[in-house]
Amino acid sequence: MLEIKNLHVKLEEEDKQILKGVNLQVGPGEVHAIMGPNGSGKSTTSYVLSGRDGYEVTEGEVLLDDENILELEPEERAAAGLFLAFQYPVEIPGVSNMTFLRTAVNAQRKARDEEELSATDFLKLVRAKAKSLKIDADMLKRPVNMGFSGGEKKRNEILQMAMLEPKLCILDETDSGLDVDAMKLVSEGVNALRDGKRSFVVITHYQRLLDHIKPDVVHIMYDGRIVKTGGPDLALEVENNGYADILAEVENA
Amino acid sequence: MKRSELKQRKLDATQARVLDVQMPDGASWAKSLREDALSRLLTMGLPAARDEYWRWTRPDTLISAEVPKAATFSADEAPLFSSIDRLKVVFVDGVFDADASDDLSGENLEIMRLSDALATDIHWVRDAYGVQEKKAQVPVERPMATFNTAFATDGIVLRATGKVSRPVSLIYLHQDDSSEAILHHVIRVEEGAEVTVLENGPAAARFNKVMEVDVADGAAFHHVRAQGRDHERRAVTHLFATVGSEATFKSFTMTANGVLTRNEAFIDIIGDDSVAHIAGAAMGDGDFHHDDTVFITHDAERCESRQVFKKVLRNGAKGVFQGKILVKEGAQKTDGYQISQGLLLDDDSQFLAKPELEIYADDVACSHGSTVGAIDEEALFYLRSRGVTTPEATDLLVIAFLAEAIEEIESPEIVEDVLHRFEGWLQRRRS
Ligand SMILES: Nc1ncnc2c1ncn2[C@@H]1O[C@H](COP(=O)(O)OP(=O)(O)O)[C@@H](O)[C@H]1O
Ligand SMILES: [Mg+2]
Repeated sequence: MLEIKNLHVKLEEEDKQILKGVNLQVGPGEVHAIMGPNGSGKSTTSYVLSGRDGYEVTEGEVLLDDENILELEPEERAAAGLFLAFQYPVEIPGVSNMTFLRTAVNAQRKARDEEELSATDFLKLVRAKAKSLKIDADMLKRPVNMGFSGGEKKRNEILQMAMLEPKLCILDETDSGLDVDAMKLVSEGVNALRDGKRSFVVITHYQRLLDHIKPDVVHIMYDGRIVKTGGPDLALEVENNGYADILAEVENA
Repeated sequence: MKRSELKQRKLDATQARVLDVQMPDGASWAKSLREDALSRLLTMGLPAARDEYWRWTRPDTLISAEVPKAATFSADEAPLFSSIDRLKVVFVDGVFDADASDDLSGENLEIMRLSDALATDIHWVRDAYGVQEKKAQVPVERPMATFNTAFATDGIVLRATGKVSRPVSLIYLHQDDSSEAILHHVIRVEEGAEVTVLENGPAAARFNKVMEVDVADGAAFHHVRAQGRDHERRAVTHLFATVGSEATFKSFTMTANGVLTRNEAFIDIIGDDSVAHIAGAAMGDGDFHHDDTVFITHDAERCESRQVFKKVLRNGAKGVFQGKILVKEGAQKTDGYQISQGLLLDDDSQFLAKPELEIYADDVACSHGSTVGAIDEEALFYLRSRGVTTPEATDLLVIAFLAEAIEEIESPEIVEDVLHRFEGWLQRRRS
């Protein structure tokens, strides 16, 4: 599904290397968690995967279903099935959430040569999915993320994911700022999308989320590299002891 | 050159300019109102580039004896408001077209041509023609409007005596590439009455239009205007309004194209508990120049005013906004809002703004803001990351930028239509 090979990334504007050889392989249907201290390059990885401006890939490649996506525009990557739930969802004044969702769904269908959804079919679909995430009609009508609480923004990301049905979902700290109930809603939303084929990369600081969304593999990222990979127990170890032991072990190796 | 010399030059030029302009016939009272306007014009002079409110918009092509040519333009889509049940009043190059117009009558409505009204004796028109134009010369002179009062060839006079069911739709067609239209409308919305006036079309190669609106106590006036798509047309327009107590005044203008547009508004709120909103959304490309010069006076208590002006500019287009809220002494609890924004789609375009606030009452809430900027890159990436193509995402953000202005239109049907026009304009320019 996803293969990141020796990915090196620097900032376009500055001479600052951020990713220093990231390797990651995610198979179909798998859930991988990426943990790591702040500033280690997790968000940068997710942005580079989705094609944001401002980064320069100096080495390496990223394959989605064997296709190198680094040459593609962000919209082409989305149409190819990649989805990023933003750590900081963007507010768009003047564009209603509903318009945003419909435009996105239909743009992707068009890119895949599929019929656009009729207005009624779309409404039915969005209402059903919104309901399960406890997103009310008012939130659908309001401008995208405007005046949304932190938790509402994150639920809105999951709604977009549910509507777009991507192949690969990257969740960047979707759990931060969520209370227990919201965390449950979000996890249920994610789990509802697990179908044995769709893959997930879950970036998080906390074991909490991983209690709900059970990862197959856990990676620790530090200073632009994946420094340790293990099973679900690795997340527990981080939860109990923090990163210090793991990082010391890596540095001594 | 000394100030007095400059002024003398201006007056000489004005004198020379009006020499050959024919003053239309009319009743003697009308004649004397026109003569009065002419003599006022000759003492103030036509606008010059150094005048305070003409620094960003060159007046020369608006006042030249010869009308700059403007190619006519035929659109491949039905004009705005086509699907609305309305009373049509058609002017072709400024000349009333009786065949294309509907019968000038309606429930709760007195309506006739200005040229007819000024030839007979209709007392309310007698007390209204040029009156607001004259009053609005202080503190800033508006000589183009005075010129209009003196020389307007036609227009409509309209009196609403109750709720007028169908909007009155003024349609301005342009067929001659060197035509000039000078139209003057006088509108009175009587106590508790309600009317909607629509205007659309370029009118002529050069268009000078004045609309004087008197909104009585408890009355409501709604106005939606679309200025023609003809690229080379020029227009200078003045909207004068007096708003009584518990009254509503709402005006929205859409402009797409036009080599020169100067829209002035002067709104005087004289009755308590009233609302006056004026908004504009403009899109321009290349040698487009669009100027909104707006002046709202609060002279009553607990009134709300809004000025919302947005301009989308590309390829070296230029937008100007000069807006003022004046709160007079005693106009307590005034709620005044003004926003002007330019969205530049490239580095060649330009938006200039002069927002002004002058307040002489102590218990008021007034705010004004002006911004100029480009498309928000963060928002653009967010949309693209959801699969929306760059051109589609850009257009969506441009339309979103205009939303606050377009939302000032009351009718959802017209909102849809206006949005559709702007979307079409953007789509035709996708690279
Ligand atoms: N646009 C940027 N400008 C400057 N520094 C950046 C930029 N993007 C990322 N960085 C830097 O790169 C490093 C990794 O950041 P990030 O990927 O956000 O880490 P994480 O998500 O793991 O907390 C940090 O040191 C951060 O300051
Ligand atoms: Mg991060």
